[in-house]
Amino acid sequence: MTNIPETGRTPRVQIRLVAIQILVLSLLGTLGGRLWYLQIREGDQYAKEASGNHVQQVVQPAVRGSILDARGAPLADNETRLVVSASRTDLLKMKDDGKAVLTKLAGVLGMRPKEVMEKVRLCDAETPQPCWNGSPYQPIPITDEATAKQALQIRERAEDFPGITAEPQAVRRYAGPGEANTAQVLGYLSPVTDEEIQQAQDTDSPYLRSDQVGRSGLERQYDKELRGKAGVTRYEVDNLGRVIGQAESDTAQPGSNLVTSIDARVQRVAEYELNEAMKEARKAWDRNTGEKYKADSGAVVVMEAKTGRIVAMASNPTYDPNAWVGGISAKDYKKLTGKNSNYPLLNRAIQGQSAPGSVFKVIPTAAAVNAGYSFNGPYDCSSSYSIGGQVFKNFESKGYGPISLGRALEVSCDTVFYRLSHEEWKRDGGTKPKKNTNDWFYKTAHQFGLGAETGIDLPNEVTGRVPDRKWKQDYWKANKDAWCKTGKRGGTYAEQIAYENCLEGNQMRAGDSVNYSIGQGDTLVTPIQMATIYAAISNGGTLYNPSVGKAVVSPDGKTVQEIEPKSHGKLPMNQKTLAEMDDALAGVATRGTAAWRFAQVGWPQDKIPMHAKTGTAEVYGKQTTSWFTTYTKDYAVVMTISQGGTGSGASGPAVRNIYDALYGVSDDGTINKKNALLPAPEKNLPKIQTDGSITPPKISKDPAEDQRASQKGETAPDEQQLAGTVATPTTENRDTRRRRRGSGGRRMLT
Amino acid sequence: MTGANSFQVSGYGPERAGWARLFARDSLARRLDWPILLAALALSLIGSLLVFSATRNRTEINQGDPYYFLIRHIMNTGIGFALMIGTVWLGHRTLRTAVPILYGASVFLILMVLTPLGSTVNGAHSWIVLGGGFSLQPSEFVKITIILGMAMLLAARVDAGDRQYPDHRTVVQALGLAAVPMLIVMLMPDLGSVMVMVIIVLGVLLASGASNRWVFGLLGTGTLGAIAVWQLGILDDYQIARFAAFANPSLDPAGVGYNTNQARIAIGSGGLTGSGLFEGSQTTGQFVPEQQTDFVFTVAGEELGFVGGGLIIVLLGVVLWRACRIARETTELYGTIVAAGIVAWFAFQSFENIGMTLGIMPVTGLPLPFVSYGGSSMFSVWVAVGLLQSIRAQRPMSA
Repeated sequence: MTNIPETGRTPRVQIRLVAIQILVLSLLGTLGGRLWYLQIREGDQYAKEASGNHVQQVVQPAVRGSILDARGAPLADNETRLVVSASRTDLLKMKDDGKAVLTKLAGVLGMRPKEVMEKVRLCDAETPQPCWNGSPYQPIPITDEATAKQALQIRERAEDFPGITAEPQAVRRYAGPGEANTAQVLGYLSPVTDEEIQQAQDTDSPYLRSDQVGRSGLERQYDKELRGKAGVTRYEVDNLGRVIGQAESDTAQPGSNLVTSIDARVQRVAEYELNEAMKEARKAWDRNTGEKYKADSGAVVVMEAKTGRIVAMASNPTYDPNAWVGGISAKDYKKLTGKNSNYPLLNRAIQGQSAPGSVFKVIPTAAAVNAGYSFNGPYDCSSSYSIGGQVFKNFESKGYGPISLGRALEVSCDTVFYRLSHEEWKRDGGTKPKKNTNDWFYKTAHQFGLGAETGIDLPNEVTGRVPDRKWKQDYWKANKDAWCKTGKRGGTYAEQIAYENCLEGNQMRAGDSVNYSIGQGDTLVTPIQMATIYAAISNGGTLYNPSVGKAVVSPDGKTVQEIEPKSHGKLPMNQKTLAEMDDALAGVATRGTAAWRFAQVGWPQDKIPMHAKTGTAEVYGKQTTSWFTTYTKDYAVVMTISQGGTGSGASGPAVRNIYDALYGVSDDGTINKKNALLPAPEKNLPKIQTDGSITPPKISKDPAEDQRASQKGETAPDEQQLAGTVATPTTENRDTRRRRRGSGGRRMLT
Repeated sequence: MTGANSFQVSGYGPERAGWARLFARDSLARRLDWPILLAALALSLIGSLLVFSATRNRTEINQGDPYYFLIRHIMNTGIGFALMIGTVWLGHRTLRTAVPILYGASVFLILMVLTPLGSTVNGAHSWIVLGGGFSLQPSEFVKITIILGMAMLLAARVDAGDRQYPDHRTVVQALGLAAVPMLIVMLMPDLGSVMVMVIIVLGVLLASGASNRWVFGLLGTGTLGAIAVWQLGILDDYQIARFAAFANPSLDPAGVGYNTNQARIAIGSGGLTGSGLFEGSQTTGQFVPEQQTDFVFTVAGEELGFVGGGLIIVLLGVVLWRACRIARETTELYGTIVAAGIVAWFAFQSFENIGMTLGIMPVTGLPLPFVSYGGSSMFSVWVAVGLLQSIRAQRPMSA
């Protein structure tokens, strides 16, 4: 024992024991360090993951607000459909994962059991459609077209159908009161995209995955107001998805209703007349091109002159907005957006731009007066005007000799404006412009609001274009390379033009100023701009921002937020000039280019003074654009038809018919108040009931038909009351018009 | 000085004799290692709370009684505590003579597992179901008998004063003694337990003073064996993926990767102070599998946070630190080897268990000493505590 130390261990063992002790401590230290890393350093991240793990949301979609016409007729509302849905969570609790229940359900609904099972399975990489790609905690819709009898069967035998619900749900419907389509103004909805959810995440109105979002028109412009707030119930769930507690719940708040200034009846008449005018135009022979007019698109705007509110706005070609409800089918989508579709989604009243032709002439008239020319003149209305050998013809009229500016408007004499504009161009220095050019004719156009948005409450309005010096410079910069490449001296017409543009495209040439003075050349305007201008001439000079929305009414009807007319400027004319111009435009309707549409065919000018201007714009390579701008003291009506012929020729009868309908004027000039749809603009909002609902007015089946009939001396048929109310989608299946559906596209219920 | 008569000279009055006897210098109470005892008790108590939290809602396993596992965990702790007292009372020296019998019995038991009497739980055929809700996992007991058996062989000639270090022959015998049950356990297959036993053998060899050649030889063989298994494709890809999934959960997202991921989320979400006992959503939502046994630490991590998790590690550290001291301070090599074997066992099993919940060790089915639910494990760790106490109590007081 002598060689063993007192402690009983040799140094080797002692050292090894110490090493073990150190090793053990460092292992524990490692654990502590890792624990610190996970819990303290990365703790927030894991806490987030954990909450994502165990909280699931169930969304009760908010009922979208209705869009109403000025008298309360629903242009867009919701219809109640009986939706049968299955709760996956409940089904999974059953022994056979709910197979028996689903099979029984298939029997009731008249579907194949396989069909039903496929609808409730979850989508993943290996599961083809049909499958459910929403949240597994959301009730999964099996059908949205259940009959009341089927729904009753399911609800009365609830114990036989655990986890199955049959409940009415609100679905968007574009009711089309009185056949008024209003498609482009209303716009449409489509499901929210991931990107939008991301973007709106931290705003005060975040999207839910089930949300439908307005994509155009009023649905988009007033999306936030109409959408409401979906109710969300958050459940805590365990690893199998079983609910272990309810975390919090917000009830759904329905969206507000939007009252518009649209009058469904006038809208219908406008749509109908536009379409008829285009159909008529297609029968007419175009001598210039040697074929019939194509009349490929058109637009008409009926605006309240004193407020800028839109009473009707139609765009042609058009489409059925109900095609979008419940998800558009691929076929329908192609029809609306494909190459051969002629883009019916475009609202040509605010998104269609073309050269205005002679309806533009009010601008050079004002410009001339502002530049110091007398309104009375006289100015020589020759049959042509030539500059350095280039002859500019008087397109729409013959020579009238010396006349005033007013008379020049009446007879639409081009040469008067050629001369004035050319003179001003020379004063500004011609091809070698002075340092501070006056540019009266261009400045005035800007003051009239051209080349800029009117500020209408519809998305994606286009600005048109005033081809002033700045634009010419910018345009030349952007295109000169291409011009210089293709241009050839003495080549074809196009090559010659390109050659000239390459050389001096940045210069304001004499010909430019001459063409511009009659609304030709590079000038582009939209129908809504013209309506705004002519309404301003009517109302004494105020340029109103056109508006469709009139008031936002909360779902309970307690808060009514009126949308007041806003103006974006005054016309650059004094009252005297304005009055003279007003006279001249009345002259157009009584003795000028539009007389054969009004005064000569029984328009009661003494009772309802009519003012008008016609325009026939030349477009290179195309048939002429028909423009017709008119106003009374109440309304401005502007119509344009692309490749449609002359202003008064193609658009004249339609505009006359719209006025006839508004005021109840017969062909012989008598005014029948009973037939008048809207002899004065609707000042009041529709009556809102105490429960927040708005009772829709009586609207006949087709006001356009009535209008045609009344012209033949018949009286309008009895108007029918539309059943139901608007603001509160009830739980009953309303017996109203079924929405017209596209080619059976599956609705995406979320 | 001997313990037998020291309290008679303590001078206290007879009316205080009971307490006085217990706390008198050299009394058994004074010789016990109280830090180990208290730490082990605290761990068992914390364990009972965690097991309760993890199982009170698991109706599919707790037979509808939320206290089912809580009561059983406390019962197991009580039985374990009694086994500890029994072990101390017998003393490790007395047990030394019974080692052959204990070893034989434990090997017999694990052989029974391979017969139809055994049953499979979580892929390892390592249980004997006794009926009435009780079952045994004999591999837990083997850990003790390997330590005792090897210590007996390796210390015999050294403690007798014949040699300074165990000779090669003895080492071979000791390794053979360990190899038999280890092979059987490997057949089950219970690789986690085999890993613990390998570490135990290593710890025992180190403490015995066996030649460095044995130690490094064993380490080298183990490393080469692992490389061979890897390279020769003995394991299927999924097995390798499962092994490696602790570091990269996406390798086995539905299996081990899921466990690892959920465990990490549970622990990570605890933060500094946790969500509060019984308040953990991961635990209540049962996102972590095997949470009352192998993944019990995740309950602590989520509901008690860094403070609670850290406390468990510190308490384990107290046990291990004191055990190391006991190994160093005892005079006999036998006691040293037994204590060191227990240190190796506890240290590795704790590190592996907590490490796998933290995602730094591969996932294996090993319980956390004292804390995890499970009778066999609880009994064996408390017997080990009894052995440690006995070794300390019987050392000379001069130390």
